Amino acid sequence: MFVRGLKRKCFDGEEDIEGSLAGIKAIPSYNLQRQSLLDMSLVKLQLCHMLVEPNLCRSVLIANTVRQIQEEMTQDGTWQMINTQSTGQASLDRLVSTDILCRSSREQAEGKHVSGYSTFNKDFESDQAQDSSETMSTASSVQASRNLQSNAWEMENPQENKGNFQKSLDQIFETLENKSPNSVEDLFSEVDSSYYDFDTMLTGMMSNTKMGHCDGLETFSSPTTTASNSNCKSDLNELDHIVEILVES
Amino acid sequence: LLGAGGGNDIQWCFSQVKGAVDDDVAEADIISTVEFNHSGELLATGDKGGRVVIFQQEQENKTQSHSRGEYNVYSTFQSHEPEFDYLKSLEIEEKINKIRWLPQKNAAQFLLSTNDKTIKLWKISERDKRPEGYNLKEEDGRYRDPTTVTTLRVPVFRPMDLMVEASPRRIFANAHTYHINSISINSDYETYLSADDLRINLWHLEITDRSFNIVDIKPANMEELTEVITAAEFHPNSCNTFVYSSSKGTIRLCDMRASALCDRHSKLFEEPEDPSNRSFFSEIISSISDVKFSHSGRYMMTRDYLSVKIWDLNMENRPVETYQVHEYLRSKLCSLYENDCIFDKFECCWNGSDSIVMTGSYNNFFRMFDRNSKRDVTLEASRENNKPRTVLKPRKVCASGKRKKDEISVDSLDFNKKILHTAWHPKENIIAVATTNNLYIFQDKMN
Repeated sequence: MFVRGLKRKCFDGEEDIEGSLAGIKAIPSYNLQRQSLLDMSLVKLQLCHMLVEPNLCRSVLIANTVRQIQEEMTQDGTWQMINTQSTGQASLDRLVSTDILCRSSREQAEGKHVSGYSTFNKDFESDQAQDSSETMSTASSVQASRNLQSNAWEMENPQENKGNFQKSLDQIFETLENKSPNSVEDLFSEVDSSYYDFDTMLTGMMSNTKMGHCDGLETFSSPTTTASNSNCKSDLNELDHIVEILVES
Repeated sequence: LLGAGGGNDIQWCFSQVKGAVDDDVAEADIISTVEFNHSGELLATGDKGGRVVIFQQEQENKTQSHSRGEYNVYSTFQSHEPEFDYLKSLEIEEKINKIRWLPQKNAAQFLLSTNDKTIKLWKISERDKRPEGYNLKEEDGRYRDPTTVTTLRVPVFRPMDLMVEASPRRIFANAHTYHINSISINSDYETYLSADDLRINLWHLEITDRSFNIVDIKPANMEELTEVITAAEFHPNSCNTFVYSSSKGTIRLCDMRASALCDRHSKLFEEPEDPSNRSFFSEIISSISDVKFSHSGRYMMTRDYLSVKIWDLNMENRPVETYQVHEYLRSKLCSLYENDCIFDKFECCWNGSDSIVMTGSYNNFFRMFDRNSKRDVTLEASRENNKPRTVLKPRKVCASGKRKKDEISVDSLDFNKKILHTAWHPKENIIAVATTNNLYIFQDKMN
């Protein structure tokens, strides 16, 4: 990955944070920080899919982190809702210090205030608004109108929220498998194209809107192996993929 | 804790540096692997541009007893070219991920080099004489008219300027769906393994059209994937034993005699998590980036993001030694996650006698841990100390509080300058340390 270097000092290094865990206004709540980490992780996963062949280890580690956060959020019974009434402020809220997340769960303050929740929809096209950072943060698909009903809604449908989230995560992994190219199109249809400039290594592939996937096709000329894995399920997808390439060319 | 000065501690001196001086690093020049051969006479590097450069140590000069021979370029060749996978619309990088030398059996040298998908066996041979005096050919190769031949002579070999030729002898392709991260030659010197994110294959060096799959951790449903293979290595003495590490911080030791598919491990090495250090980044930093057996075969070393661990093969539940490489980064994990540095894969290596281990860090620092004295030292690979036989000054990072003179604070560290690849001469105290695009060679101070 192209290293951008450590620029954001606001994320760590505040020496006085250590001593002031009492939930003072200056320190963002644990939930907000956790949400920030979740957003960042989802952004990274989405960016993964824009690379020609994502680094599988990295993708798996990020996805596991996302799952961990989701599990903890489920256990807490909280789903965070980011207030998007003022876009600038919302972005700032998310860019909070996540220093607290680096410390052990024991050390962290227990003042978890449920200020909202967010739903994770399959439909990533919603709220793809103004600037690119906003676009990326709405990967967690915020619905502003649900703000008021947050608590009641979330209590009624925790399973559905979890289900939606799980679907999104699964969708991301599905694209790694190249099972459903159409969903990939949905995933990226509204993404700001400036992200193509993100990684200069993409030069040859930038114009190629078909995203590469790291798996899906077992190699055709693979040698015989003593333990043959059943590739039946991907055969059909391989055919689809080949037909797509042929049709496009 | 300083390692320099006093007792049996080694004093490391700058010896050489290879590579461009520019700060502007060409992508293709980024060094991606470094490896000494079995005698230490040859040192190979691979880079992102798919090239292999081999350095050879000069024969020791008897008059210059205070330094060992220098390493000079012996051979350079293009090992891998970028490829395009038309079916997947993917470019396959030519970057050399690993180089492993075969033990020398005759005059020629052999090494395996691999990119993400294809392994190649290269033969490096010397030519220092050529035949002259053919009857039917002129010296420039043109054929002579046989009717002009009046006498016959026997062609003889005459010395010529040394030419080092590299030729690909075997190409092992099409066996890996995922990216190859490791290759390891078996102690039988006939077979070797190659590992990608989800599978490990066993090859015979003579056979390129087939390999045996010996480990497969790909789940039936890719959505269930939570763990990948990060490194693999054969045991140095037992030709039936190998280990592989995972992104969850586990190492599995497998015995190929147990079954054809070694999905069930013989031993599982895993240290229980320290609950007081648990965070959302715990799993990521536990991911093992490198695993290396000791030369003796009794121990193995693993590198995760913050530490180096030594394991006794007879004890699975915890390592016997743990060394902190850069613990001061623990409070910075958020930033390091954001800029992706947390995913950097550092390698580690043993010295010839298995008494010292070495690994890289940021800011072009690298660390050595003496297992006997329990002392450690931090050194820097920098052109500032580039006078031969200059003793390297130990460096110190100030984690918090007041920074002492000569210390560097954590916030001043350059995270773009990372030392991922290091190698130790199998017999001598000579080390090769790769910064982004330069190769540094350090030696211990003699006499």
